[in-house]
Amino acid sequence: MYLAKVHITLRKSILDPQGKAVEHAVSTLGVSGVQDVRIGKYVEFRIDRPSEKEVRSAAEEVCRKLLANPVMEDFSLEVVKG
Amino acid sequence: MKVGIVVFPGSNCDHDAYYAFKTLLGQEAVFLWHKDHDLKGCDAIILPGGFSYGDYLRCGAIARFSPIMNEVIPFANDGGTVIGICNGFQVLVEAGLLPGVLLRNSSLRFVCRYIRVRVENNSTRFTNRCAEGEILRVPVAHGDGNYLTDPATLRRLEEKNQILFRYCDTSGKLTEESNPNGSLANIAGIMNEAGNVMGMMPHPERASDPLLGHTDGRKILESMINSFLEPAYEPVLSTHQSGR
Repeated sequence: MYLAKVHITLRKSILDPQGKAVEHAVSTLGVSGVQDVRIGKYVEFRIDRPSEKEVRSAAEEVCRKLLANPVMEDFSLEVVKG
Repeated sequence: MKVGIVVFPGSNCDHDAYYAFKTLLGQEAVFLWHKDHDLKGCDAIILPGGFSYGDYLRCGAIARFSPIMNEVIPFANDGGTVIGICNGFQVLVEAGLLPGVLLRNSSLRFVCRYIRVRVENNSTRFTNRCAEGEILRVPVAHGDGNYLTDPATLRRLEEKNQILFRYCDTSGKLTEESNPNGSLANIAGIMNEAGNVMGMMPHPERASDPLLGHTDGRKILESMINSFLEPAYEPVLSTHQSGR
């Protein structure tokens, strides 16, 4: 069994208004020098395949076709045993 | 015309659409449950507004995998008339039936109010009852209506006259203030290149009953009916008012 860990973020070229709002709140908090706040999602799921290669390929399909919308989002996928 | 209104878990404008088509406009209307595998011989399919699957993951992303969509997608690809309103528009872009995406409103606020749109192309099965450049007053109610697409797609949408509605002010000018959600080029509604699939964020079905004071939206619904009927459809407003 493998564990797939997926981070999904808005693509760099897309303005992230939530990130901007949080960035503003950080400066109000009084912590200086914080910039480029981007809000994203974290998804994890377990998946069983005979090899890590097959896990990766199936997990990538899930990311590409469902978890992330490639028009506006990027994803990064990490696969670990367990 | 027989209209099928898809009901996803979380749809909440399905009855508004049913009422508008059936009671106000005298058409045959049926609900299509998301688990159905049959479009029941409908001439047109409505994907209504609401919060399908609680807007989990992304608006419209889960609804796109509902069993009924396995029927709606081929129906659309074969030239069948499909209209997505609000959440229905989000489902259509997630399903790849329309280009682009609908992002969080640039204000980060849920916007629920009347806005104005300008009719950009009135030679379509969704706008043939409107005049070119006509200004319609219709309500919006959404948190994720900020339309975005890449520059090449925007150019193609403009060249092929696929942009049907743009947010405008009372004089028809496309201003930033009149844009409720930050949409690219003030886009409020688009259709596919073939002209049979249309998505829009405003709610025409909620501006169709004279009792509620605004009836601009019914021009869009009447356009759809009109495109199915020969000779041209005549509005049935007066006869149906007495029957309610």
